[in-house]
Amino acid sequence: MNQVQNFEIFAPKLVDRKEYFSAGHRACQGCGEVLALRHILKALGDDVVVANATGCMEIISSGYPQSAWEVPYVHVAFENAAAVGSGVEAALKALRRKGRIADRNVKTIAVAGDGGTCDIGLQALSGAMERGHDMIFFCLDNEAYMNTGIQRSSATPFMAATTTSPAGHAIPGQRTQKKNVPEIMVAHKVPYVATACPSYPLDLINKVKKAAAVKGPAYVHVFSMCPTGWRCASEITIKMGRLVVETGVFPLYEVENGKYRLTMEVPEKLRPVGDYLKPQGRFRHLTPSDVEKIQEYVNREWEILLNKVECMQPW
Amino acid sequence: MGKRVGMEVAIAAAEAVALCNIDVAAVYPITPQSHIAEHMADIIHDGRIDAEFITVESEHSAISACAGASAAGARAYTATSSQGLMLMHEILPIVSAMRLPICMANANRAVSGPLNIWNDHTDIMPQRDSGWISLFVENGQEAIDLSIMSFKIAEDPEVMLPCVVNIDGFQLTHMIEPLELPSQAEVAKFLPPRKAFAQLHPDNPISMGCFAMPDTYTETVKAKEVALRAAKKVVTKVFGEWAKRFGRKYSVVETYRAKDADTLMLTMGSMGETAATAVDELRKAGRKVGLVKLRLWRPFPVEEFKAAVQGCKTLIVMDRAISTGGAGGPVATDVKSLLYGDKKKPRVLNVIAGLGGRDLTVGDFVAMFDLAKKKKDETFELYGVRE
Ligand SMILES: Cc1ncc(C[n+]2csc(CCOP(=O)(O)OP(=O)(O)O)c2C)c(N)n1
Ligand code: SF4
Ligand SMILES: [Mg+2]
Repeated sequence: MNQVQNFEIFAPKLVDRKEYFSAGHRACQGCGEVLALRHILKALGDDVVVANATGCMEIISSGYPQSAWEVPYVHVAFENAAAVGSGVEAALKALRRKGRIADRNVKTIAVAGDGGTCDIGLQALSGAMERGHDMIFFCLDNEAYMNTGIQRSSATPFMAATTTSPAGHAIPGQRTQKKNVPEIMVAHKVPYVATACPSYPLDLINKVKKAAAVKGPAYVHVFSMCPTGWRCASEITIKMGRLVVETGVFPLYEVENGKYRLTMEVPEKLRPVGDYLKPQGRFRHLTPSDVEKIQEYVNREWEILLNKVECMQPW
Repeated sequence: MGKRVGMEVAIAAAEAVALCNIDVAAVYPITPQSHIAEHMADIIHDGRIDAEFITVESEHSAISACAGASAAGARAYTATSSQGLMLMHEILPIVSAMRLPICMANANRAVSGPLNIWNDHTDIMPQRDSGWISLFVENGQEAIDLSIMSFKIAEDPEVMLPCVVNIDGFQLTHMIEPLELPSQAEVAKFLPPRKAFAQLHPDNPISMGCFAMPDTYTETVKAKEVALRAAKKVVTKVFGEWAKRFGRKYSVVETYRAKDADTLMLTMGSMGETAATAVDELRKAGRKVGLVKLRLWRPFPVEEFKAAVQGCKTLIVMDRAISTGGAGGPVATDVKSLLYGDKKKPRVLNVIAGLGGRDLTVGDFVAMFDLAKKKKDETFELYGVRE
């Protein structure tokens, strides 16, 4: 029902027609990350500076002498997008105060993959959020290190096959459950934390605008489909994003000052996880009992989230 | 001209930077740099300067935040030492390639392991090839002067490269010396606010830090190489302007009693003053010895160095670091390869000493001089090892 509310505010015809990320970038067909990026930038408009981590989005967008970025953009390294963003934000603040740049608000955003967020970039992210920079951090989570050839990350889901968590005879894929970084951000008391997915573009845009309205840190974790890394057809990208939400594997919610709210239509009963797992090559090796195990985990996590929605009070 | 007051060198270094109209400082504490970090915090928290102070969670983030700030047009400053500098290592060549004129103080300290907080140059040497301008100071006054000058050098439109000022840890950082801080007004005239060549802002959206394919990477290396070499001229120019305004003269290579010397010692950093006293003693004993001090380590001032050692028979290079398993100390290795093609060149001997805070007295320099002179071959000596 919240979905409907968002629709009222952001009917598709109100979405910015201007493109801030040019066509001609080198992302794969059906890439969820680049679609998310396109919507994020549309939601933010011109007055933004982007600090990007090394990863797919950097590589597909910025091979010298070309750039797909129509907004100011900087890339330094893999693990430091949040730190680079901190510096940008501090500089914009100081230079504006000193009258050396135009006197208007320019939002700093940092963008990183799940590797650049949940693994190698987690320390810089924690530091930046704790310090309270006026910055939105976007994690574009495609659940592995795709840029370097589909290696596992701590955001790779249980049992998924990647090149460093292969579906072997002894060890059938990823051994650990997905690290929950949005929760880690809530624990930092970040004023606005949200999950999103480009299969729900209006919800995504709505959340980006909310995050941008925060005077301080905000974190948006964007589930981003990757047909190349998940070994599924590129034309079912959007459907995969819908399935991940409808099965409850990746619920859409937001946490405003500690208060949880689901931003998806809450089903009577979640769709079976098999609907989501089946089209993906990375889960091909799963047995019915593996799928059952995953279903149990998803059910439990879903209950925990519903509890939080019900019980958690704003700070 | 200001008046001289007794001040700890680390505090003075922070005070000098406070005169430079910095916009952003991102600093993570580490001994023996911490007094710089703490004093920077005092200055900014007391509202004495208008700058953002980013209390980063690591040195990696310190240099990364400086990169972001500098890319956005700010005058950015950081300070570190040893392990902190090693943690920054990854980012150092990126910021020089991006031509970001970040300035940094490095309180030189040994690198672990074993852990050791005392002075040597093993922290800066692994950063040698990172494309930073690298200066060494010999005393507290030089730390003040070069900290201020470093911004002017780094930001010069012909340079646009980051610059590190090496201040020997404890040996200098924790000394209390009579020091003179120039006035704010004088520094403001010398160093106007930074005018960036390009900066991150929506009024002129640009992309920075793009990646290079094999067809352009070599060209970026060349561009950095050309810029770093050209920086020497600007260093000299800025030294000249400093001398005119503030009366203290600097040059990229300095000499002491070198004119008629048949043997020269070569030092960097705080060793210089002790070595100079040793030269006086050796002269008294009738030895024709002099001293060459490298103030500019990168870019290496080749011509000035060669002019300084011209005519001497023996050059003893005192290194405070070692290339483990390599040809010796990094300074000596550089010097030898620079002289290799010359017809007339001194015999180069190399003594590695003063590691991990091992004191180097005047007597040690005399002993090192004797040790080197006795050597038959040109292999390096690790001085003072307790067998
Ligand atoms: C310090 C460092 N370690 C490793 C790498 C190699 N590397 C570059 S991108 C990348 C993975 C990126 O994964 P993620 O952040 O999930 O982004 P994606 O490509 O999936 O969008 C890795 C391992 C690097 N560039 N720097
Ligand atoms: S590998 Fe995946 S994330 Fe990377 S560009 Fe292709 S589809 Fe997008
Ligand atoms: Mg990824």
